[in-house]
Amino acid sequence: MEKIISTAIVLEIDNIDTDQIIPAKFLKSTNKEGFGEWLFYNWRYDENDNPKPDFPFLQFQRDSKILIAGNNFGCGSSREHAAWAIADYGIEVVISSQFADIFKGNALNNGILPITVSESCLKALLKYFEREKTCAIEIDIEAQSMKVDAKDIYINIRFDIDPLKKKFILTGMSEIEYLVQQKEEIINFEKTHVL
Amino acid sequence: MGKTIIDKIWDLHCVKSVTDEVDMLYIDRHFIHEVTSPQAFTGLREKNLSVLRPDRITAVADHNVPTRNQHLPIENELSKKQVDTLVENCQEHSIELFGVGHEKNGIVHVIGPENGLTQPGMTIVCGDSHTSTHGAFGAIAFGIGTSQVEQVLASQCLLLSRPKTMRIEVNGDLGKGVGAKDVVLYIISQLGTEGATGHFIEFSGSVFRNFSMEERMTVCNMSIEMGARGGLIGIDETTIRYVTERATISEEKIAFWNTLHSDDNASFNRSVEFQAKEIQPMVTTGTSPDTGVGISKSVSASNRNSEKGLNYMGLGNDQQMIGTNIDYVFIGSCTNGRIEDLRAVAEIVRGYTKHEDVTVWVVPGSNKVKEQAIKEGLDKVFLAAGFEFREPGCSACLAMNDDKIPSGAVCISTSNRNFEGRQGDGARTILASPMTAAASAINGKITDPRTYLN
Repeated sequence: MEKIISTAIVLEIDNIDTDQIIPAKFLKSTNKEGFGEWLFYNWRYDENDNPKPDFPFLQFQRDSKILIAGNNFGCGSSREHAAWAIADYGIEVVISSQFADIFKGNALNNGILPITVSESCLKALLKYFEREKTCAIEIDIEAQSMKVDAKDIYINIRFDIDPLKKKFILTGMSEIEYLVQQKEEIINFEKTHVL
Repeated sequence: MGKTIIDKIWDLHCVKSVTDEVDMLYIDRHFIHEVTSPQAFTGLREKNLSVLRPDRITAVADHNVPTRNQHLPIENELSKKQVDTLVENCQEHSIELFGVGHEKNGIVHVIGPENGLTQPGMTIVCGDSHTSTHGAFGAIAFGIGTSQVEQVLASQCLLLSRPKTMRIEVNGDLGKGVGAKDVVLYIISQLGTEGATGHFIEFSGSVFRNFSMEERMTVCNMSIEMGARGGLIGIDETTIRYVTERATISEEKIAFWNTLHSDDNASFNRSVEFQAKEIQPMVTTGTSPDTGVGISKSVSASNRNSEKGLNYMGLGNDQQMIGTNIDYVFIGSCTNGRIEDLRAVAEIVRGYTKHEDVTVWVVPGSNKVKEQAIKEGLDKVFLAAGFEFREPGCSACLAMNDDKIPSGAVCISTSNRNFEGRQGDGARTILASPMTAAASAINGKITDPRTYLN
């Protein structure tokens, strides 16, 4: 997963909390599968489970791998079900001007790349992709670059990602694999740890 | 330059720095519950891994349990399966479990402290964002996702970016009828839900110094609602008294705890200060915890509301908060489900009855809280007022069990989140203190608790 070229879904709402991403009534599962159909459920469906036609989400390409959302995405509950729902829906990248810390960690642990951009850049992206539903964004994880080169818009920026987490995303190695390999050091640490 | 208590505790737990940003942090205490742990145990099984330190883990069923008839099997099949799965996983891996009906059962962030498991200087995690509660003890405590639960089960460690630090100082004297919940709702209203993102907070100043441990827990609990990774309060005599009443601690360890404080010249990445006299009883107006206003004000006193949020709440900008109709009152949760909270409610409602159109649920944070309330006769005060006094659990805070607020109904709640649908599909939540919730229950309208205090 070095390069992602995809159209985008736009949700111009600030402070999207994980209760909206996946409502608590869907947290009763004991496995990780199938959460995509419940993504943003209470925004997509009414109380009788009928689709809400005014929710913008479904007007975008169903195969979009990129979600562009308002500031402070993923705040609230630590439920990783939010990341499972996003990944299961097929989204691989979320772009916002700020992410809540726990969500950011959960996203990376599920192969979802959270890209933080400036407020002005986010504003430009939200405005443009709200209108241009077939235009693609090109993301190169190795180069840490995000590029949009189309009519009326040119964006080419570098985003930050910790080198270790980048390595994990590029190689598919998980954090737990890394941690388990450090077992000897952990046991040595415990010998002098006082608390 | 001096160090903060946050940096000191972090450094004591840093097994090694892996990159410039990421440290491998050792975790002293791991709490698990039925909703965010099953997939972690499945992950271990799939990878053929074992639990490294079962003695550092405590399990509890709380999120998904009914608050009535806990002696009977859980009716909801999926909830029952989650709770049963927790029991099986704990048996398989020799993890201590406070299951449904156990004398130590209750909400994870209530039972940890009350059983002496939460201690100063520790690193504490749980697959629940309100783990920040335990920061009240001068601990680095934070919520984690299920992948991280699995990592801690297997390695007792996490890979985390080094913390940025923030000091929030509140000085002066609080007015009558203004409590810890009002203080934290006020701070969140000033900073916003993303105001402390990336930071661990130290709450300092005379207001927190004078608070009891339970009041400190209420404040630290809601650190996450300002985006913080966690929030703590320095260790002092109040902390040490509370812990030593609940656990056997060596003199040596107490002496060590007393060395864990921020140096006078400690440098924080950010510092803010507020004055206690500015704080009134607070109520939220919208669908985000940062939309709180002083109870005597109107909705427009918050500039953090969105049109979407106010439409959902059915409130207009010129609506006065006092007098706003309510349908339900929820008293409980890891924010305000402790004995001092129930005492504060009883003090207001003693001799009164609830408004006839209002349903009131009092859900104690744990079996110990429930037993203590009964011992003090608080249950009789609640029943005489027409309140329901339930069995412990997370209940209507997140409405995973049957305790749901109906669509369109307004609930004044002592919990921590007023997000859309948080207390049930279409439910409208107004966050407030136990005193404000109690006074409002009597009138069926948002009511200033000071009118019921002598």
